[in-house]
Amino acid sequence: MNVFQEIINTLSLPEFYFAMFRSATPVLLTTLGAMISSRSGTSNIALEGTMLISAFVGVVVSAFSQSAWLGFLAAVFAGFVISNILAYFVLKLHSNAIISGIALNTFASGGTIFVLYLITGEKGASTSLPSLKLPSVNIPIIQDIPVIGAVLSGHHILTYAALILVVVVWYMFKYTRLGMHIRAVGESPDAAESVGIHVQRVKYIALSLSGILTGMAGAFLSMGYVGLFSSGMTAGRGYIALATQAIAAGNAVVGMLASLLFGFCQSLANYLQSSNIPLQFIQLMPYLIIVVAYTAYCALVEHNKKKKQMKAAAHK
Amino acid sequence: MYLGERQKVMEQGIILEARNITKVYPGGVVANHNVNLEIQKGEIHALVGENGAGKSTLMKMLFGMLKPTEGQIFVDGKEVHFTSSSDAIAAGLGMVHQHFMQVPSMTVADNLILGAETGAFFKVDRKKAVQITKELSEKYNLKVDAQKKVEDISLAMRQKLEILKALYRGANILILDEPTAVLTPQETEELFEQLKLLRENGHTIIFISHKLNEVKALCNRMTILRDGKTMGTYDVSELSEQEISRLMVGRDVSLDIEKDDAAFGKTVFSVKDLNYVDHFGKTRLDHVSFSIKQGQILGIAGIDGNGQSELVEAIVGTLKPQGGKVTMNGKDLTNLSVLKRQEAGISHVSEDRLKYGTAPKLSLEDNMISKVYYTKRLKTGGLIDSKKVTAFTKGILDEFLVKYDNTKQSVSELSGGNVQKLVVGREYDYDPELLIMNQPTRGIDVGAIEFIRKRIVEMRQKQKAILLVSADLSEVLSLSDTILVMHEGRIVGYIEDVKNTSENELGLYMLGVKEDARERIEGAYCE
Amino acid sequence: MPTVNKKFTVVRMACAIAIAIALSVVIIFAVSEEPLTAIYNLFLGPLQSKRHFFDVFAGSVPLIFTGLALGMVFKSGNFSMIADACLYTGGVVTAAMAVQLALPGGVHPVVIMVVAALVGGIIGSIPALLKVYFHANELVTSLMLNYVFFYLGIYTVTKYLADREAGTFASLKYATTASLPVLISGTNFHVGYLIAIAVTVLLYLLMFKTKFGYEVRISGSNPEFAKYSGINTAKVIILTQVIAGAVAGLGGAVEQMGMYQRFNWQDSPSYAWDGVIIAILSGNNPKLVPFAAFFLAYIRVGADLMSRRSDVQNELVSIIQAVLILFITAERFMAGWKQHQEAKKALGGKA
Repeated sequence: MNVFQEIINTLSLPEFYFAMFRSATPVLLTTLGAMISSRSGTSNIALEGTMLISAFVGVVVSAFSQSAWLGFLAAVFAGFVISNILAYFVLKLHSNAIISGIALNTFASGGTIFVLYLITGEKGASTSLPSLKLPSVNIPIIQDIPVIGAVLSGHHILTYAALILVVVVWYMFKYTRLGMHIRAVGESPDAAESVGIHVQRVKYIALSLSGILTGMAGAFLSMGYVGLFSSGMTAGRGYIALATQAIAAGNAVVGMLASLLFGFCQSLANYLQSSNIPLQFIQLMPYLIIVVAYTAYCALVEHNKKKKQMKAAAHK
Repeated sequence: MYLGERQKVMEQGIILEARNITKVYPGGVVANHNVNLEIQKGEIHALVGENGAGKSTLMKMLFGMLKPTEGQIFVDGKEVHFTSSSDAIAAGLGMVHQHFMQVPSMTVADNLILGAETGAFFKVDRKKAVQITKELSEKYNLKVDAQKKVEDISLAMRQKLEILKALYRGANILILDEPTAVLTPQETEELFEQLKLLRENGHTIIFISHKLNEVKALCNRMTILRDGKTMGTYDVSELSEQEISRLMVGRDVSLDIEKDDAAFGKTVFSVKDLNYVDHFGKTRLDHVSFSIKQGQILGIAGIDGNGQSELVEAIVGTLKPQGGKVTMNGKDLTNLSVLKRQEAGISHVSEDRLKYGTAPKLSLEDNMISKVYYTKRLKTGGLIDSKKVTAFTKGILDEFLVKYDNTKQSVSELSGGNVQKLVVGREYDYDPELLIMNQPTRGIDVGAIEFIRKRIVEMRQKQKAILLVSADLSEVLSLSDTILVMHEGRIVGYIEDVKNTSENELGLYMLGVKEDARERIEGAYCE
Repeated sequence: MPTVNKKFTVVRMACAIAIAIALSVVIIFAVSEEPLTAIYNLFLGPLQSKRHFFDVFAGSVPLIFTGLALGMVFKSGNFSMIADACLYTGGVVTAAMAVQLALPGGVHPVVIMVVAALVGGIIGSIPALLKVYFHANELVTSLMLNYVFFYLGIYTVTKYLADREAGTFASLKYATTASLPVLISGTNFHVGYLIAIAVTVLLYLLMFKTKFGYEVRISGSNPEFAKYSGINTAKVIILTQVIAGAVAGLGGAVEQMGMYQRFNWQDSPSYAWDGVIIAILSGNNPKLVPFAAFFLAYIRVGADLMSRRSDVQNELVSIIQAVLILFITAERFMAGWKQHQEAKKALGGKA
């Protein structure tokens, strides 16, 4: 009875929406990454593992260099490297992209623990490493507006970066040469090749970009609010991004909305942990809602296709 | 004569030359063997030859998509070594591929500039792209809608876009690979006018075709390819179509079919008023009705893409037409599944043996048993018996003279002709009442063609009903007892007196120029 | 006469295994202070005692089940990973029935296995149904659903089966009637292995000797050809994933009854992901699954011994696994060798 009340209360808190943006950030970055690789014609299943490795590398490098930015760069570079390994196997050696992705995820989940143990002697988390965090940023003027300031200001720098990147990715596909080439290569590689576009090179670039964005997502996870790496900390966010990417259908802005839907669920789940809803139901909710949203989206697309043909036939 | 010709060429200037080109594909297939080609500046030069004669391979090498194993290519007298099509484009070549090289979700203007974009790296100049499209379009009288998406425009417009793309990139030599296959007769006419205009503007055109009347109507000279070898270059006016055919095939054409006079039995199969509109809103089948009797070969002629594929799909059950009826021996098949229709007695050799007719990665055995895998014939104690499967497969392969190593090897290891014989053998063995042969001899060697045609006649002798769909007019004419001609989804011609019909007459129907009266066409259907 | 293709597959696989082993040796030398001990235990550890050797068999049981399930799904041309949820939920179902039900020995495990397989089949059908009816990609939906069923499982155990005294996440103890007997005393080699082999044989027959298996293979290899051959591909997609789900669910039950006295899977075990490599090593052929599972379980047991007896951790296995998968599925890996062989054969044929 008061579960409903509790949800209403939660939804009226500005902090809730702040947390929504926070939770959405890694998924948003990864969604953008997934979108770029998918539009270039390769589905990047290795995002989950890429994010995990980047999170790990960020923590380790920042701890040893005592520079948060160096850690961040290392995380991004790790994302770049992993996606290039995937690219090499898929594009050069013609491996199945899905299975190679699964292999890299396996590698990431075991490999990070393996190295973590080498460094710290522990397998669970990097608590003993003095790793650093990236800063949060207050936005002048906006921070002073009531409610809106509480929701939009004071976020982690990567949250703002993610929001800016939404525009960048949208712009890239719409207006830049690279964006055009990525679309062409993904949609009809033969056509792209016939006009002198280097198909392989464009695909490598697209996968690299997806790795870089996912690397940022990994850095956010371990160097954002938590400030440590724990094994399996990505918790399926790389897979969630596959669903949000599919819902976005190539549109970065829709991708942002889908990621915010996840952020919304995740944030709600966090707020309701103290309620009397069983904890596990709260934990499974983001996944369930995303799978429902994704399926509904697919059903809608299918429905529209059929309607179009029916209409054409009736016209006849 | 050869020397004299040579002299003439020297005077006019050779813009493109292929000298002693040989191409061996991995796997040992020799597609081109010492091929020579000389293209004069400002001519329309036809490259003719049968399927598999090596035309496409040669063009791909000229356009940098393939590397010749041996031989040289010269552009404007200078030897070139293309490593990709961009090299060829830079050298002034442009290619209009048979399958258009376009990105459907992009606009016409975007497709035009793709790879050679206007504006800066970070900002493609779309306005300028549209402007250029309009200018080029006007200059060469090739009308396109610059701002429409390619997926929303007609095939004819897509072809114009393809030509414009080449021109935008500065091509002065245009290669067109069977450009008329997707066009209606009117569009073909229009294309020819535009090509002639291009020639007047100083462009050189290579026109690949196996349609001799088109070559005659459009081209100055032609080079004939057979089995990967050049059979010479001639002035188009120099040879009759008969002579050209002989050079293409290597002997007198009319692959003479010996068959007894027709002895039709009762009506086996009918379709009535089949209608189908695809999801682009295009009418594919328009009130198609006909019947086939025992011992009758009913040929369907028509330019590719005029509803033949949809007709076959509607009969075998992989496509649900919006209206009409399919009956076999009085039984209504309209709402039955593919399997139920097979069981009612339909066998089907599909138009694309590797896409629809086989699972190329699987073994000969797996591909051979696709019609009988669930029957008792192959089972022992309820389970499929591999010995029986092997014996069954061997039996058919041997009967149909398929060359193979063992029955466990994959279909992809066989040549086209052998795959087709496997498919035909499988469908014959099913002992159907109606046999559908869709492009049964497309792209296979002459030996296999002869073999398969003989088998078709043999089935007719066994009083089977046969539906033969073919884009090859000589095939339709030599095999069929009765011919229907399809044009834009409709039956426009019904020919009972096949012996006194010529390819030219069929051509008129196919082009939509000639059309029989409705009452006459309705005669193709009987209860 | 073996075709070039077949020979090529074998040679390539051998090379991939060699690369993986070489890489693990290199890693061990790089990180370990006692590399020889580590290497010895990794590769020969399982042979040191009867108990360890039979641990390999016991360890291969869940791998056989998921390998069969994934192999079947791959063979049908689909990429559902729902076997993870099926296996986990199969385990939870087992826990519930082993704790709550009182049945005579012999009957108890059979009932549990039937129910776990049923539940697995139902869960397995979900991504397939979503694909057939809504065209939702089965990989995406299955990955999400895995989390959903995992948390549902945790909830069930915490709420209804938890042992409050245990201090950690664990269910109450299973009834003794619900455990699978050990075959060789002093080892973990339990009846479950025989069940796994029986399922292997059944699936082999299903895939290669029945109408349905043929339809699966054709649909997976060329769906267009399947359609033209009158095969109902939607039915094949759904049934395949139901059967695969049932096999995985059964695997969860067998593993729980064979190896555990109480349910304590706080994380989902990675058996479904291991199933991917088993499926690939076996070329999706059920006949070869037990061998592939034995191979992986052998490395696993060796790695466990290595991590106990030396300073190298057993997560090394996932690195080996990843390298194996990458190289085995790389079509163009060693393509040069293949072309050379083909050329040799073609020329030999001509001479």
